[in-house]
Formats: sequence, C-alpha cells, structure tokens
Amino acid sequence: MDINNLIYPVLSIGGMGLVFGVVLGYANKKFHVPVDPKVPLVREALPSANCGACGFAGCDAYAAAVVGGGVPLNLCSVGGASVAENIGEIMGVSVETANPQVAFVKCKGTCSVAKEKYEYDGIKDCRQAVIAPGEGPKACSDGCLGFASCVRACEFNALHIIDGVAVVYNDNCVACGACIKVCPKNLIEFVPASQEVLVECNSKLKGKAVKENCEVGCIACSMCVKVCPTQAITMVNNLATIDFEKCIQCGLCATKCPTKAISKPLKAHETMDEAVSK
Amino acid sequence: MKLFSIFISAFLINNFLLVKFLGICSFLGVSKKTETAKGMGLAVVFVMFLASFMTYGVYNWILEPLHITYLSTLAFVLVIAALVQFVEMVIKKTQPTLYKALGIYLPLITTNCALLGMAVINIGEKYNLIESMVNALGAAFGYMLAIVLLAGLRERMEESDNMPLCFRGLPISLVTAGLMAIAFLGFSGLKLGGM
Repeated sequence: MDINNLIYPVLSIGGMGLVFGVVLGYANKKFHVPVDPKVPLVREALPSANCGACGFAGCDAYAAAVVGGGVPLNLCSVGGASVAENIGEIMGVSVETANPQVAFVKCKGTCSVAKEKYEYDGIKDCRQAVIAPGEGPKACSDGCLGFASCVRACEFNALHIIDGVAVVYNDNCVACGACIKVCPKNLIEFVPASQEVLVECNSKLKGKAVKENCEVGCIACSMCVKVCPTQAITMVNNLATIDFEKCIQCGLCATKCPTKAISKPLKAHETMDEAVSK
Repeated sequence: MKLFSIFISAFLINNFLLVKFLGICSFLGVSKKTETAKGMGLAVVFVMFLASFMTYGVYNWILEPLHITYLSTLAFVLVIAALVQFVEMVIKKTQPTLYKALGIYLPLITTNCALLGMAVINIGEKYNLIESMVNALGAAFGYMLAIVLLAGLRERMEESDNMPLCFRGLPISLVTAGLMAIAFLGFSGLKLGGM
C-alpha cells in the first residue's frame, strides 16, 4: 500500500479545513459588526420559548426589536410582568405591565351532561372529527369535541382533557395562543387571568335546542342580564357575554344561572389539581 | 451557443427543483410567501455563482493533481460551508441592506443539496470554468423561477375557502409541486443546437 494514499487526503482535506478555519477566524475579527450590548442582555431576560406570541420571529428577533426602539417592552406573554420589568430595567424605562391573560375553553359539556349524536371512530383529532357529519360526534355542534388537538398544540402543559372537555390550567398558561389557532370550534379565547366569573358555553342555539343537547348550556334565559348590578352581561346570539371591563365579579349571575353555564372556573382549578395529582 | 444551451438546459430542461428534485426541502419550506421565496432565490443565485467557482478550483487544482477525487463530496461540503460563512460575514459588515434582504436564507443554503448537486454535475459534465459558472447561474435562476412560481400559487391557494380541510397547507402544496414537475417535463422536448 502506498503511504501517499493516506497522507494526501489527510493533508489536503485537513489543510483546507485549517485554511478555512484561519480565514473565518480572521474574518470574524475583521468584519465584526458591533451590536448594541443591550441586545444580548435583553435576550437573556427573555424566556427562550421562541413561541412567537410577541409577533416576532422568536426571542432573538424580539430582543433586537426592543433595543431598536419603537416596540412595547411587555409583549412577551410567556415571561409576563416579571420579564417586562427586567427588560425595562435594562432599557432604563418603566414598563406598564400588560394585564395578564389566560386561555379559556368556553365549554363545560362533559361526557355526563352533553349528549353524543353518534359514536365517532375516526382519527382522534378535533380537526379531523369536525369534518364528520354534523361537525363531529357531539350533539352540540358548538361544544368541545375533546380529541385534544389543543392539548397537543400546547407546549406548556397547560391544557388537559378532563371528562371529555379541554380545561386550561391557569398556572401553566402563558397566553401564547397556540391552542386558539388549532381549535376548529373556535372555543378557546383569551380572558383576563383575574377574571373568575365566566360563561362556560359557546352554543348559539335557542334555549330549547341547547337543553336537548346539553344540561349545562346557556339557554339564553337572560336571568344573568337582569341580575347583574353593573349591566356587564348582554345576550349576543343567544349566548350570555360578559364585558370584563364592567364586571365586578360579584358572582350573582353564577348563583342565578339555572343551568350553571356561568360559573367561577375556580372549580375547574380544583378538578384540575385532582386530575394532575392522579 | 454552447454556453446558451448550457444555461437553458440548467434553467428549464433540467430544472434543479422540478426535474432533478434537488433542494426540495427549501422548495417547500420557504415558499409560503413570494417575498421570502424571492429572497431565498436571490441568495441561491449569489451563493451558487461563487460556489461554482470555488468548487471548480478545489477539484481541478487540489483534488485532481493529488488523485483524491473520490473525496470530492467531502471537500465540496467543506468549501461551500466555509464560503457561505465567509460571505455572510463580509456582507454583514459591508452591505447591511443586502444582509437584511438575504437574512436567514444565506446560512440555510449551506446545507442545500442543490448546491452540492450543481458542483457534482459540473464535474460530471467536465465543464470548464466559464461553463461551470454558466451552468450554476442557469441552475440558480431555475431554482428561483420554480420557488417563486410555487410561492405565488401557494399564496393564492391560502385564500381559497372551498378547499377540503385535509388538503389545506402542505398536502396541496405537494400536489401542486408534483403538477409543476409534470409541466416542466414538457421542456424536455426543447431541441437546442449543439446539445
């Protein structure tokens, strides 16, 4: 065996690698572009979820935009108030912290209270089930299908299916909006994290039809509208809707609601804790 | 005339994306918007042109004299990666606007198989330096043509409400790309003088 067969490849490829390495190392120094030292600082303050909830391509892009100016400092919903404060410290400005929000599933039609039209045996995914006849197996065509598309979309382990309905675990929710995008029923929306009184129904049908499908749906009886001391509740499309600006969270509507479609989802917290501990 | 036929051949008849199926990952990955597709296309033109020059030099002046042409793939990957890194640093410093326009696409191309394919084809066809560069330009512009066409179609299809749910997004893009490839087969009937 000719020893050159071994030496030439090693020397040439290794030599090329060495030359390129030296050239690149030199170029790195020579063509170094000074970046604002604040950018890496802001970048470190961000939680590195790279979820894009701020509207930028990722944490790097948002950090650069923050230092570039003209961008609100409190866009990072994952980090929330504490991260916004840290960024504000780095940038030397005080930050108005955004009202923290959480995702909320507007349905409480669990297996025991909501009827099914038929047995669905297809792909276990909401976006697949929804193209089955009647927009899925659930009798209520606005209700949660419970095939966990949102659970799979959530990167923060904030959603769980409990008794056939998706429930948000507020402590984990960072309001990135990933679940909102995948829900084919448009059941999930943002609500202020401090809001305790919520309408847990999405059915736009009239009272009788709702009642036939689900025991806990909003039957548009307007009891809550009448009882609300601050006129925060209105009936929109046969569905009670709470204006969070006006609501003082007295809970009168929740006690009056005959089907308990309005309730304090603190209850959801408790069931969630149970489910998680199981 | 030879150069022209090489260019047209790489541009249409042997289009890298739609006939040779090289660089498909970026073809589907970066073709959601016409704007980004254009950026990617331009970056490919830029890098391919430089890489054809570099790989020609490495092959003919280093690998062949030492009789180690079997290492060409390894050497090409090395050369292309280093070249792209270097070019990125240079334009970051000297041409910030161009750097912004090319953005993330420049480093992405480093691992693009179309680039390696171009280098290997240049060797296989025994092109000289000028022919290699013309071939690279043709291939790169062909790449740009195909990716911009697909991006335009995908933008239009995004608007469609009637499409069945199961087809939306990637599935219909794959079908479209397949149909485009069939359409580009039609160019194989082109007869060029001197080919």
